[in-house]
Amino acid sequence: MDRYESHTHDVLVIGAGGAGLRAAIAAATEGASVALVCKSLLGKAHTVMAEGGVAAALANTDARDSWKVHFRDTMRGGKLLNNWRMAQLLAQEAPARVNELEAWGALFDRTPDGRILQRNFGGHQYPRLAHVGDRTGLEMIRTLQDRTVQLPNIDVYMECTVARLLTDGGRISGAFAYRRDTGRFIVFSTKAVVLATGGIGRAYKINSNSWEYTGDGHALAYDAGADLIDMEFVQFHPTGMVWPLSVRGILVTEGVRGEGGVLKNSRGERFMFRYVPEMFRKDFADTEEEADRWVADVVAGRKAEARRPPELLTRDVVARAIAQEVREGRGSPHGGAFLDIATRRTPEEIRKKLPSMYQQFHELADVDITKQPMEVGPTTHYMMGGVRVDPETQAATVPGLFAAGEVAGGLHGSNRLGGNSLSDLLVFGRRAGLGAAAYAKTVADGTRVAADTVEALATQLLAPFERADGESPYAVQEALQDMMGTYVGIARSHDDLQTALAAINDLRARAARVSVCGSRQYNPGWHTTLDLRNLLTVSEAVTRAALERRESRGAHTRVEHAETDPRFGSVNVVVRRAGDAMTVAREPLPQMSDELKRILDGEV
Amino acid sequence: MEAVLRIFRGDQAEGRLEDFRVPLHEGMVVLDAIHYVQAHHASDLACRWNCKAGRCGSCSAEVNGKPKLMCMTRMDQFPAGEPITVAPMKAFPVIKDLVCDVSWNYEVNKRIPPFQPQPPEADGTWRMQQEDIERVQEFRKCIECFLCQDVCHVLRDHDHKARFAGPRFLVRMAALEMHPLDTVSRTAYLKEAAGIGYCNITKCCTEVCPESIHITDNAIIPLKERVVDDFYDPLRWLLRLFRRSG
Repeated sequence: MDRYESHTHDVLVIGAGGAGLRAAIAAATEGASVALVCKSLLGKAHTVMAEGGVAAALANTDARDSWKVHFRDTMRGGKLLNNWRMAQLLAQEAPARVNELEAWGALFDRTPDGRILQRNFGGHQYPRLAHVGDRTGLEMIRTLQDRTVQLPNIDVYMECTVARLLTDGGRISGAFAYRRDTGRFIVFSTKAVVLATGGIGRAYKINSNSWEYTGDGHALAYDAGADLIDMEFVQFHPTGMVWPLSVRGILVTEGVRGEGGVLKNSRGERFMFRYVPEMFRKDFADTEEEADRWVADVVAGRKAEARRPPELLTRDVVARAIAQEVREGRGSPHGGAFLDIATRRTPEEIRKKLPSMYQQFHELADVDITKQPMEVGPTTHYMMGGVRVDPETQAATVPGLFAAGEVAGGLHGSNRLGGNSLSDLLVFGRRAGLGAAAYAKTVADGTRVAADTVEALATQLLAPFERADGESPYAVQEALQDMMGTYVGIARSHDDLQTALAAINDLRARAARVSVCGSRQYNPGWHTTLDLRNLLTVSEAVTRAALERRESRGAHTRVEHAETDPRFGSVNVVVRRAGDAMTVAREPLPQMSDELKRILDGEV
Repeated sequence: MEAVLRIFRGDQAEGRLEDFRVPLHEGMVVLDAIHYVQAHHASDLACRWNCKAGRCGSCSAEVNGKPKLMCMTRMDQFPAGEPITVAPMKAFPVIKDLVCDVSWNYEVNKRIPPFQPQPPEADGTWRMQQEDIERVQEFRKCIECFLCQDVCHVLRDHDHKARFAGPRFLVRMAALEMHPLDTVSRTAYLKEAAGIGYCNITKCCTEVCPESIHITDNAIIPLKERVVDDFYDPLRWLLRLFRRSG
């Protein structure tokens, strides 16, 4: 075994974005020895890209807000497919988690009376997002990072990727990883694992995600035998940059619309008025005059009495609307819609509240957003589906395995509200850390990692070096991304999904033949071959789940089943491994109490 | 239209510049060109990146000798026909190609005396005015690209890493010192361990900051003033002497 580094910890946290950091802090505070593994350098995880804010019913900006309204908004945003208990915990615990960040040094923007200021966002009835301009994620990750490095029982492994989870008698016993900088292997012996690996956006060509987002945690859990749920629900954020090509997909925060920005088509129409779903009709303005009154109130810091502009509908609705405008020939020159803040707010306000957006467009697209509209279109942004977990502890269906944040499924149902991901990271990151630490205390020391398993894995991982003249892994990844965008995108048909399944088989065969050059030291080509395996697993899971759900709901749209079907409103689609085959099943949603049902019906 | 990228290949022990031809398209940035080279010419070319939007501070390098984020550096700003040189940051040891060992920065960060807030209001939260936090919010924009560390001559030319924390961490300490809730004094730490006296305010760090943080004027100079007040003000010096003997 001296070919490997070996490390023993109670809890291994995989991923160091918001969820992983918060889980590590929670587990360490319980006395567990924690390994925190991050694929990049510490503080660079995708949380850093979160812009608009963290949703928490602090009721600072509008006293009418409460956890009950937040719960209802979250459930309605998810088209009632959410795990109700997770939605309830999120709404109840988010305020305490946000305040805790201030105790650790975070500085959110303030109200005139000195409390945390909150902004409006799609699907939230009241201004609810605590924020720092448009760089809220950076504030969160830096605060958590600085807290983490103060805790002596957390060891951070930077630029390290976990390739497989190890089990012993059906329980988690460790993980097999490699260091990206040296290529050296690490065997972790551990009692519990918290997956906090984020999403799968790199399965798609146009996406807002970093290279790290290759579905690692989803695939690790699947391989280890855990259930995945809701994999058909991939969030396409309505406003990604569309031009120039080099920046296609990069996120334009929903905060632009929260600050009063409007969407227009090539005819100058505010087309969102035509796309208000029945479920939301009474909550949204039906004239521009009313929508503008709402903005005027918000800008002036008054309590808004008018109904909200339809630009603030949930992301699934806005993304589909833009796609339809483009399809019907009313798109912007580069195939998107116009997002205009320039005529709505002063240049000073725009630069103050949306500094990153100002800089991003100025430097990368030669657009001055204080003077010109932005061109925007849908971009793959977020994975609602993921590891099925227990709401209280975030335990997966494999003993010793936990998951939090984007890699966990259930909380967001069929569509996530903006701002709920950051509160998700804090609330369920903490719960997963506590759950894993408590579980680890029940497991005796000396978990076993079989030497022959480790040898076999090492050989498997190094195989691309042994093959000569194979294809480049980048070519296979690009082909997969093109294919997923074409056949498993916003609107999905039975035939397209079948085509995708066949294509995934072919791509898997191609992936098995790729070869890489150079040494094991910091070799991105080699790393891509290992990421490809995970991307193929999650792409297949998304496609199979999408085939199974023969209805349209939230982020999932089936061309031949355009309506929401109540028969699918009470089930999750569950993906799990049976030998080498991927199986799909429908299983009933957990039942909500009558008390919570009354909240959904409007009682708060 | 094509460009020639002249990229450093190698490690700390040895290396050379290698030329790669890359097709150009509208709006292209240097990081796009690096990705093209990885996909078509050298799959093992090492570079760091994450967000590709100037938000994470991973893809720092020296482009034609200037410290830059590769994701925010447009190709069309360079004269056509001339090779564009891309090299790793010079102030840190090279691991491979464009990737440096920046672990020293993380060690420095760990040692900084942490934030300790004053007690909250009765409801468990704090009140702060926006105008009182704005100067700290400027410092908290830092994305830890370490370009300021790279360009700082105390670190780059004199390699005083054992004695000087560098502009990044002076900014971090300024954020802590000026935080309205913080109760800790870091002036002794700034003077001794962080070696603030090594900075002779040439403002090189401010010039390269992709977040336009006024590192020298708003962070380092006020911190230097605090150190002077605490250690070189004769009245305070006497007071300290008196306290010690008491």
